Amino acid sequence: MELKETILKNLKEKFPAVNFEETEFRGELTLTFDKKFVVEVCSFLKENTELQFNMCTDVTAIDWAKRKNRFTVVYQIYSLSHKFRLRLKCNVDESDCSINSVSSVWKSANWYERETYDMYGITFNNHPDLRRMYMPEDFEYHPLRKDFPLMGIPGSLPLPKKD
Amino acid sequence: MERITKDDVHPKIIEALLGADSDITVEDALENEMILNMGPQHPATHGVLRVVLRLDGETVIAAVPELGYLHRGYEKMAENMGYYDFIPHTDRLDYLSPLANNVSWVLAVEKLAGIEAPPRAQYIRMMIAEFARIASHLVAIGSLAMDVGALTVFLWTLREREKILDIWDILCGARFTNSYTRIGGIANDASPEAMAKAKWFIDQFLPNLDECERLINKNRIFIERLDGVGVISAADALEIGMTGPSLRGSGVEYDVRRANPYLFYNDMDFKVITYPEGDSLARYFVRVDEAKESAKIIRQILEKMPEGEVLANQPKKVLPKKQEIYSRMEELIHDFMLVNFGINPPVGEIYSAIENSKGEMGFYLVSKGEGHPWKCKIKSPSFSNLQALPHLVQGRMISDVVAIIGSIDPIMGEADK
Amino acid sequence: MGLESKLKQDNFITTKLDAIIAWSRKSSVWPMPMGISCCAIEMMAAADPKYDIARFGSEVMRFTPRQCDLMIVAGTVTYKMAHVVRKIYDQMPDPKWVIAMGACTSSGGMYRSYNVVQGIDQFLPVDVYLAGCPPRPDNLLNALIQIQDKISRTKARDFPNKPLPELKVLQEN
Repeated sequence: MELKETILKNLKEKFPAVNFEETEFRGELTLTFDKKFVVEVCSFLKENTELQFNMCTDVTAIDWAKRKNRFTVVYQIYSLSHKFRLRLKCNVDESDCSINSVSSVWKSANWYERETYDMYGITFNNHPDLRRMYMPEDFEYHPLRKDFPLMGIPGSLPLPKKD
Repeated sequence: MERITKDDVHPKIIEALLGADSDITVEDALENEMILNMGPQHPATHGVLRVVLRLDGETVIAAVPELGYLHRGYEKMAENMGYYDFIPHTDRLDYLSPLANNVSWVLAVEKLAGIEAPPRAQYIRMMIAEFARIASHLVAIGSLAMDVGALTVFLWTLREREKILDIWDILCGARFTNSYTRIGGIANDASPEAMAKAKWFIDQFLPNLDECERLINKNRIFIERLDGVGVISAADALEIGMTGPSLRGSGVEYDVRRANPYLFYNDMDFKVITYPEGDSLARYFVRVDEAKESAKIIRQILEKMPEGEVLANQPKKVLPKKQEIYSRMEELIHDFMLVNFGINPPVGEIYSAIENSKGEMGFYLVSKGEGHPWKCKIKSPSFSNLQALPHLVQGRMISDVVAIIGSIDPIMGEADK
Repeated sequence: MGLESKLKQDNFITTKLDAIIAWSRKSSVWPMPMGISCCAIEMMAAADPKYDIARFGSEVMRFTPRQCDLMIVAGTVTYKMAHVVRKIYDQMPDPKWVIAMGACTSSGGMYRSYNVVQGIDQFLPVDVYLAGCPPRPDNLLNALIQIQDKISRTKARDFPNKPLPELKVLQEN
């Protein structure tokens, strides 16, 4: 499709230093790049008049469990005028478990990033309100990591007493 | 609702409530203003949502919603069970329109595994998705009217919904949380009795919905309670991530059935309803008109329905029919392999979305070639719509908060996953 | 009609105080719907014109615990929500009964996960368990009749004065 080439051409022109790997599966385009440039790339994709990716549909993360870069943060964005979906991925290592927040670009990313922080423990720098989303505030673990058991850790969540 | 002190609410929530007014101390704020807890158990029947409000008299200055009271761990469970085993779990996500979630899940798995369902199965899936949309909108209209004070409308719309549940009873075997779709088609063919009942329902639905509407459409109390309450502009709604009837009530014409069509929606003739005002009354009217458009679509489906198979013929990925399993050898072997080792889709990832009654519901699946997904993320529309709640209630009174929550229509089963 | 046709003499009935109290309690059980998820929709369907819970005396579904006798816990209870359910149960005045509606409240249901309480009888005394996912409204009416039978067998001395729960417990959340 022409839009795919336009996206790649514009991105490579504007960011010559960044290496974009592209994959395509079942008609969907995915771009992987370095996590240091995430805010610049996202604001370029939103503001450029040819591309106009003005909706951020989802932000989540994948835990690969036994790889050098343990987590991958995934952004699904959508362009309303072109009706085109794009996926962006950035690898995050366990030792430096943080990435810049894109909530300054799209406001809808605010709650999605809070949920990713709650479930995986990835910190988002410059996020306006980074709290846990689903689990209680004093819960110590991150449930969707692969080393957290499905039945939970007994005693980590208190129950009220029966008389 | 009870008055609480600084020690009862977690400090991080108080920090979020006090927000940008950083020159006011906590003690000062608590003395001149009030922090009120609209707790997880309250009469507005939208589930377990907790909203902590900061009030000046009766005007709301800030609101912080707190979710997680129904977090059941769906995404973690999906990583531990096969693609077929997850179908009954998807019923309970948006529990007012269970069949629509089933359709969404099997469309995602079929996209990942590369299976295509036969045309008759796809038409029946479209029909049940539209019935699910009507059922969900009936409850939304009824509970919005009940929240505002009109109790009769709720009983009348529930009476209409019972007729739809009867149709589902004959078609699927269960009246609610029916896991009717299967990967590669649907569980069993639609009997002529079910189709006749569907046709009877559509013929008498529009006059009955009219009757329910006439109770409140020109009622002064209803209009004054909802007109101009909870206004959000089109640009703000897009920015903050709203979707579905709430987005179309602000004038943005985005419907997944038209933007990225799935099943056979390209052949159907229907309008995308939008209203430009952006307040609660506009959202209510979008829902009523969408229910009428869905009735129109079902009528076209009943006319155009083709004959044929309802399950795809791909033995390595689709479970064969029960009669053949008990009588032939190859089908028995395939059934054994599929149930024990699962369908093994190729390595890759997809995102597939449909237009649910609340908005865009999507599944993001990552597969490593095994029988169960490596990662499953559920993009639920109620979660995205609730993000706009602090913006919508700012400057309104407490009773408007109830009306606004009713017009957004969140379902906590899918917002909390 | 009814009671008046059975009176033979001058408007006197002899009965036990227990029987009259139990009869009036069971004919007007006011439920408190703790509707949390999908079972709440079937509970709403039990109140609609087709299944009609009003003919059993349970016309008013009050959402305030101070005026109710029966708590119907409908929906999956998570660890975070368990404290809220217990708090509301403590606020109900005696005598009170509990129906655990559905598979999720009876035993955790289809959710074997880290956040779901595997059965509410871990923190609440339950009188009737309902099976189903969700149970049909007819099933809920059956449970209501079982509760009415249970109430009709109680005696006045079963409910002595109990000390009120500590105020501190109510504010611990």
